Amino acid sequence: MIYDEISSNKRKSILLISIFIIVIIILGYLIGFYIGNVILGPIMAFLISIIFILISYFAGDKLILSMSHAKEVNKKDYPHLVNTVEGLSIAAGIPTPKIYTIEDSAINAFASGRSPKHAAVTVTTGAIKRLNREELEGVIGHEMSHIKNYDVRFMMLAVLLVGVITLLSDFILRTFLFSRGGDREGKGGIFVVIILLGLVLAILSPLIAQLLKFAISRKREFLADANGTLLTRNPMGLANALKKIRDDKEPLVEAANKATAALFIENPLRKIGGKINSLFSSHPDVNERIRRLEKM
Amino acid sequence: MPSVIVWVIIAILVIIVLYLIFTYNRLITLRTRIENAWSQIDVQLKRRYDLIPNLISTVKGYVKHEKTTLETVTKMRTSLISGTMSEKSKASDAISNALKTIFAVAENYPNLKASENFKALQEELAGTESKIAYSRQFYNDNVMEYNAKIQHFPVSIIANMFKFIAKEFFKTESEAEKKPVKVEF
Repeated sequence: MIYDEISSNKRKSILLISIFIIVIIILGYLIGFYIGNVILGPIMAFLISIIFILISYFAGDKLILSMSHAKEVNKKDYPHLVNTVEGLSIAAGIPTPKIYTIEDSAINAFASGRSPKHAAVTVTTGAIKRLNREELEGVIGHEMSHIKNYDVRFMMLAVLLVGVITLLSDFILRTFLFSRGGDREGKGGIFVVIILLGLVLAILSPLIAQLLKFAISRKREFLADANGTLLTRNPMGLANALKKIRDDKEPLVEAANKATAALFIENPLRKIGGKINSLFSSHPDVNERIRRLEKM
Repeated sequence: MPSVIVWVIIAILVIIVLYLIFTYNRLITLRTRIENAWSQIDVQLKRRYDLIPNLISTVKGYVKHEKTTLETVTKMRTSLISGTMSEKSKASDAISNALKTIFAVAENYPNLKASENFKALQEELAGTESKIAYSRQFYNDNVMEYNAKIQHFPVSIIANMFKFIAKEFFKTESEAEKKPVKVEF
């Protein structure tokens, strides 16, 4: 049932935020320890994490859109796209999301936002030009169900919060290692800190990996395919669109990066250097998705 | 220990009342959603009603021999925004077919086909057409959920008590209507 998915996504979003705050406080404690104030560090960290969560929650949408160089669509330019999105939001029973395009010849799309009332659908210009009406409908239907299920909220928070933790732990690790070289004689406690830090990061890394898996679970994509089909009542539209993407010679979306990749309908980073990092294999096998759609 | 029994009875009553309130509110929500979905269909039918005169006046300039088709559409158009659900449904189906004929006929008039105005109208009408289909689908989905809910035991008792009656589906003439119609000359 779709309502179970919605509450599960809301729960996971809260869990994600809690884990984020805890991790940031631990990092703050470490920094506090380093600068000699174990109380100020965690307090500052807590405040900063709250601010960052608020920014992610309320402006994450815009952040992701500007990271992807997405532009808001004018109905005059793409009447057919706008009509399709409007139609499918009627079918889904949600307000019409904002519509953005990315200037890119690859075929791809993603949904973002924190709730159906604050959501956006982004489509590459390649998708508009190269997909026919039914195929585009299939793709938009998939994105609409991400919005309706509150997948967008969880995925947006996951992308931003996990991204920041990765960046931060990377930064702290480097700072500590670097300062150790210059300050070897000075403080004895620093080695304790380094051991502690190593320990924390050792705990952190699998946690981060787990969180990413949460965010980009394969189940989520299969579900969106199925729910999207429930909206369009035409599984072949999406199946054909996925085939077109699969057989595309240039599937890469230039404005996508490792952080935003999980959001797209089909992995935009495919084929970079021949093989992608298994942690970021954010999407189930295209052939498997097509097979399931054809069976519907 | 009579006081224990009293408390148990009170607890059971409270649970029953809470269940009643919860179910009643749930049914109200579902029914409101249906009304909402219905007004969605109306919005789209109205939109088509507004677009048709534009289409007719654009097409008239190019097409000389198809007077009857155009007149039929104009006549039928009024029944889109008045009448009962089934009347509207029938009018909507008839207009869908008539519009398909107009667009098929337009294929024979290169000048009309090339007109920017006509192209924009064609896109708008096609968009409205699929929005009507989607709003109908959304309406029927909601009716299905509501009808199923009020027939299930024990909700059915509460539904009967408060006169929640099963709603009518918005039917299409046939599913074949969704496929493009062949027009021969």
